[in-house]
Amino acid sequence: MNEQLLEAADDELVVGWRDSEWTGIAPLLEEDVAFSSIAQNEIGHARALYELAARDLGTTADELAFDRAPGEYRCSTLVALRLVPDWARTIARRYLYEQADERRLAALKASDDPEVAGLAAKIDREEAYHRMHAQMWFDRLQDEPRFLEALEKLRPLVDDRGEQPPGLAELWEEMTSVRRSVAGATW
Amino acid sequence: MGSAGGVGGSGVIYEVFRQERKGQAFQHAGSIGAPNLEFAEVYAREQYGRRQESTALWLVPRDAIDELDDFVDELGRTYHRVDGYSLKAKLKEARERAAARSG
Amino acid sequence: MSEDEFLEYVQGGGQVETRDWMPDEYRAKLIKFIEMHGNSELMGVLPEREWILRAPTLQRKLALTAKVQDEVGHAQLIYRVVEDLGKPREACLDDLVSGRAKFHNVFHYPTKTWGDVGVIAWLVDAAAIISQKALLKCSYAPYARIMKKICWEESFHILHGRDVVLTLMNGTDEQRELVQEALTRWWGPLMQFHGNQIAREDDPMYVWRIKSQGNEEARQQFLDGYVPQIWELGLEVPDPKLRKRDDGVWEYTEPDWDELRYVVTGHGPRTADRLDLRRRARERSAWVRQVVLAEAA
Repeated sequence: MNEQLLEAADDELVVGWRDSEWTGIAPLLEEDVAFSSIAQNEIGHARALYELAARDLGTTADELAFDRAPGEYRCSTLVALRLVPDWARTIARRYLYEQADERRLAALKASDDPEVAGLAAKIDREEAYHRMHAQMWFDRLQDEPRFLEALEKLRPLVDDRGEQPPGLAELWEEMTSVRRSVAGATW
Repeated sequence: MGSAGGVGGSGVIYEVFRQERKGQAFQHAGSIGAPNLEFAEVYAREQYGRRQESTALWLVPRDAIDELDDFVDELGRTYHRVDGYSLKAKLKEARERAAARSG
Repeated sequence: MSEDEFLEYVQGGGQVETRDWMPDEYRAKLIKFIEMHGNSELMGVLPEREWILRAPTLQRKLALTAKVQDEVGHAQLIYRVVEDLGKPREACLDDLVSGRAKFHNVFHYPTKTWGDVGVIAWLVDAAAIISQKALLKCSYAPYARIMKKICWEESFHILHGRDVVLTLMNGTDEQRELVQEALTRWWGPLMQFHGNQIAREDDPMYVWRIKSQGNEEARQQFLDGYVPQIWELGLEVPDPKLRKRDDGVWEYTEPDWDELRYVVTGHGPRTADRLDLRRRARERSAWVRQVVLAEAA
């Protein structure tokens, strides 16, 4: 179960990180605000999932999120890609990710562990807004060749989980730079 | 009401009204520019609800709002307002009379 | 209404709505002032967003993302007000990225460490909030109304900043040094932030009651509120002249007004590359706006 939780947590953490790269530079100010909420929700989901896993592993959510080596993360190739400033690819990833996440959440909701099932249900209810947002953009961009091309290119990466997804090492460096600057400190 | 933000601007301007708590009146909270109602709903939800500060929102295209702002009362219709009645002096007199009758 | 009558009206506390008659000068000054505020909220995002990616805990990451999100939201609200006064958002953004329009001095400077993140959220936001509270009484009502929402949302920003700073001050020597070093660098721009000591009667913003406070009043309020908070943590303010007189007035070394003028006219250490970032992001996403807004036209 912890494997599944970590996989979900790592995906949410990294996709949330990538989505937060748009804060301040999204195509429309209103969209910037909306997109930032999605990023925060994802980080929030990651935190809750890490906390559940941390309970059994005797550690903390922050330690799981930051203090593992890059090779230990279980996120997909799809989420680790740095897509800024390409909006077509960003929306394509959102759309594909939400579809895959919905399937994963359905499985977690059916878990024997009531805490896992409960958390998955909560996350799923928040994700409903993400799906609405992704669909809204899909409907708007579905006649754009660059968007269709992006969907095609990214689709195979949804379930691709390798040792070191491209982009993750660089992300990890930046993500942990302050934390590593004073080892063991409280921030 | 005009819409200054139309073409080339932010799309359609929607006025947003928010209800803070059940039982309270909806109050004008601001405006949002969006391509259509679907986008406006997403954006209004974020701009006026991301902190759970509203229980409900109304979205209305600015063009759908009809404003009236000229009200005339040339002859002073005070008879149907509270400030049209001055009872202090009359009440004082009536109390004095009642006291005198029973005194 | 004549211009004189209008002046008397606003000076007496009168409120102006979008469709009311207003003198051309009032409208022009209003647009420029409010536009600069919108530009500042938008440019203020750039120094902070890099640290979203480097935030050392999940909590800090969330709080910083939320803070920056608020600022973008404020920019949206503010540009809507400007648009209703007659200047479309795209024109404001054009003027911003081309360097024709101004934004506040503090957003022209670099952020170097996590110490900056704390100091900015605590002190730069504090300086800004003092000005913003004075705008709650702006004679132009639509702006005064959005200021209510803005001030309410800003309230958590300072707490977040203070929390970051206090955690660092209670940490290691290295962490304390991050705060001190950042404070030393930011003090100059902070002292310049509220503008020079122009008497409020000579300040058109005050005359038209767009601002309800003079520059020096704001700065004194800032010093009175925040220097004690700085000193009680054992931090040093890099101004040997800084002291509070018996009559309650704060004395300080005259801020470098030349630096302020130089920076806000587009020559700050980070001005060029931040405007460049905005310009490029805007160009790259132009197709999105075209696709999305085409139907609405």
